Amino acid sequence: MPTFVYMTRCDGCGHCVDICPSDIMHIDKTLRRAYNIEPNMCWECYSCVKACPMNAIDVRGYADFAPLGHSVRVNRDEEKGTIAWRIKFRNGKKDMDLLAPITTKPWGTGYPNLSEAAAPSKEVRDSELLFNEPKYVRMDEGGLHTLESNGLQIKEGVYY
Amino acid sequence: MGYKTIIEDGIDVLVAGAGLGGTGAAFEARYWGKDKKIVIAEKANIDRSGAVAQGLYAINCYMGTRFGENNPEDHVRYARIDLMGMVREDLAFDMARHVDSAVHQFEEWGLPIMRNTKTGAYLREGRWQIMIHGESYKPIVAEAAKRSADKVFNRVCLTHLLMDEAKENRVAGAVGFNVRTGNYHVFKSKTVVCGAGGASNIFKPRSVGEGAGRVWYAPWSSGSAYGLMIEAGAKMTQMENRIVLARFKDGYGPVGAYFLHLKTYTQNAYGEEYESKWFPELQERVGIEYLDPEASHTTHRPIPTCLRNHAIISEVNAGRGPIHMVTMEAFQDPHLEEIGWHNFLGMTVGQAVLWAATDVDPKHENPELTTSEPYVMGSHATGCGAWCSGPEDVSPEEYFWGYNRMTTIEGLFGAGDAVGGTPHAFSSGSFTEGRLAAKAACKYIDDGKAEGIRVTDAQINRRKEQIYKPLETYKVYSNEVVAGSVNPNFHNPRQGLDRLQKLMDEYCGGFGVSYMTNDKLLNIGLKKMSILGEDLEKIAASDIHELLRAWELKHRFLTSEAVFHHTLFRKETRWPGYYYRGDAMKLDDENWHVLTVSRRDPQTGEYTMEKAPLYHLVGDIEDKDLARLKAQGHH
Repeated sequence: MPTFVYMTRCDGCGHCVDICPSDIMHIDKTLRRAYNIEPNMCWECYSCVKACPMNAIDVRGYADFAPLGHSVRVNRDEEKGTIAWRIKFRNGKKDMDLLAPITTKPWGTGYPNLSEAAAPSKEVRDSELLFNEPKYVRMDEGGLHTLESNGLQIKEGVYY
Repeated sequence: MGYKTIIEDGIDVLVAGAGLGGTGAAFEARYWGKDKKIVIAEKANIDRSGAVAQGLYAINCYMGTRFGENNPEDHVRYARIDLMGMVREDLAFDMARHVDSAVHQFEEWGLPIMRNTKTGAYLREGRWQIMIHGESYKPIVAEAAKRSADKVFNRVCLTHLLMDEAKENRVAGAVGFNVRTGNYHVFKSKTVVCGAGGASNIFKPRSVGEGAGRVWYAPWSSGSAYGLMIEAGAKMTQMENRIVLARFKDGYGPVGAYFLHLKTYTQNAYGEEYESKWFPELQERVGIEYLDPEASHTTHRPIPTCLRNHAIISEVNAGRGPIHMVTMEAFQDPHLEEIGWHNFLGMTVGQAVLWAATDVDPKHENPELTTSEPYVMGSHATGCGAWCSGPEDVSPEEYFWGYNRMTTIEGLFGAGDAVGGTPHAFSSGSFTEGRLAAKAACKYIDDGKAEGIRVTDAQINRRKEQIYKPLETYKVYSNEVVAGSVNPNFHNPRQGLDRLQKLMDEYCGGFGVSYMTNDKLLNIGLKKMSILGEDLEKIAASDIHELLRAWELKHRFLTSEAVFHHTLFRKETRWPGYYYRGDAMKLDDENWHVLTVSRRDPQTGEYTMEKAPLYHLVGDIEDKDLARLKAQGHH
């Protein structure tokens, strides 16, 4: 496929259409359900699978090298800040549950409001510093590295 | 055609493409340009776009100066030896001295970074790589960019840069179309930060048919960074430096954490260590300064990525393939086994799908490795991209024209894959380059350099006609035949892509010819490219989605053409394992210890090539280590 949509689960909400980086999840005009219009431009990135509120989208490995009968399912939960995977092997001998964090704080928090940050002085503008630097380079009061501070000098260019 | 024209005027900083480079630019631009109008135009949805769309399990560029681990110059030495000497050291140093601050911010925004419980430092996968739970890396970073931008235009594919008509060689924005509504979008802007992507799918992939999308680098990375800049006449550098990846076979799952953290290793089909036996002969060809396995072992000087590829390619060609990754030992440890799987799930789910489908359990079976088709990009272990200005306090004269990361087009800046000569930036380095470019763009405006930008309706209308031409071509000719995909008057985008990939593979050193080419093949290839270029004028799109593919193909074509010219120009094999010039197999430092620079004339399409000096900004401590080793009798 590689992604495909279960007909009875999809309600045509379009979350997958909204998120697909390859622009290949579309809504079928007759059936009003999503489908993959261009499987050979699908990266199996699972963005649509993770975004589907109906769990209607799945992936079947690429036909040129992947046999049938396996599954890799996912449940991404922003509220809990976790992602859960279940991998089932084709031969049924391996069935794994894996869980990982996706964030360390509630979504949308922890960002600086740059438009309210103090305006940078001319001196800082003319320096090589970026926002929050030099502190954020080393998380202490140490300065930004320069060739001079690091005891370096330009060696000659080579030009044939 | 019935599509609306939507003009966004008065933009100060237009961010073209919002992967890690573009998001960095949008975020930082707000700080230096509080009252400036910052607009993002992104082909997909910024929450999941670019190479990091499905996540990353490692941040591959982190100095760790706060933990006393590395200094920026150490990273320059590393990148330099990995790229066989060819690095813009000013840009590499500049990126490296800022990159930690980007990573520390990611952590503040919620990105889970693993820590070494004993030292408190970030858990390292290797000297430069730290491990993260990065499934949501892109959405977390995108949020920062969205909060900074005035407007985000998702699903707008930029096709061309607009040029200022008041001043020659100055950018004035960009144009494109919405891939859903079909509307024509015009962005008039004082500066542009090009954060678009490098090129997958320009060489024939090993995967076929339905699997053609299973490439190592994202299939939506269509070389737009290069297509946009080359078309506008920007100078490009190191476009011959395409990359070939050693990865798990078929799935292209990453090997970094396996080698570095899980301590797995490779062997040939007969269980033998094979790598070292190819090195003596290769050492003759490239010289001991680039390949010294003993020094690599005793110092942190790596064996260049391309040379390790060479060993795999040679061993397989000698009939002792496939190469296997020995996972069976490491995977007996349940913790390491879990990390091995998470590594895929966090960034290459397709590899997990493949192993589940083929019953390959790495705990009980050593999986196969392979070398990929080549890719053209500027932020992994390769440095294709635009010839950019460096920072004031570091760059020598030839590398400096006033504004950091500005290309040779005034007001046009680069980040990520767009910047040439800066390999090993990866995700964090690309984000950092975006920040640097945005600051410089704001300074460029504040210095009054972007005054009086003029874009006439004539330019806007000419581009509109050009952009929608594939739809017109389809309308005019599709009814000449009954139905189907075969038409004597046009190719559809897929057919054009297949033709480009075959041509690149056979004449420009793809996997099908074991990455080998020569001057004869390149010249024949260029002739065929020129005819393909004519046919691309007749490419047809039956709908807006195909129009997207048509423009992606045109960007891929421009990228490929540059790769051809650069490969022909550099008459040596600088990177054995990435590609070979059969007519110049030896590395030739006497004539080619230089950077290559090209420019395509926007009016005529003619290429001019030149050599640019290569400055070494940092001393080579490895030389001292080598001297010490020799004194101790190791050589």
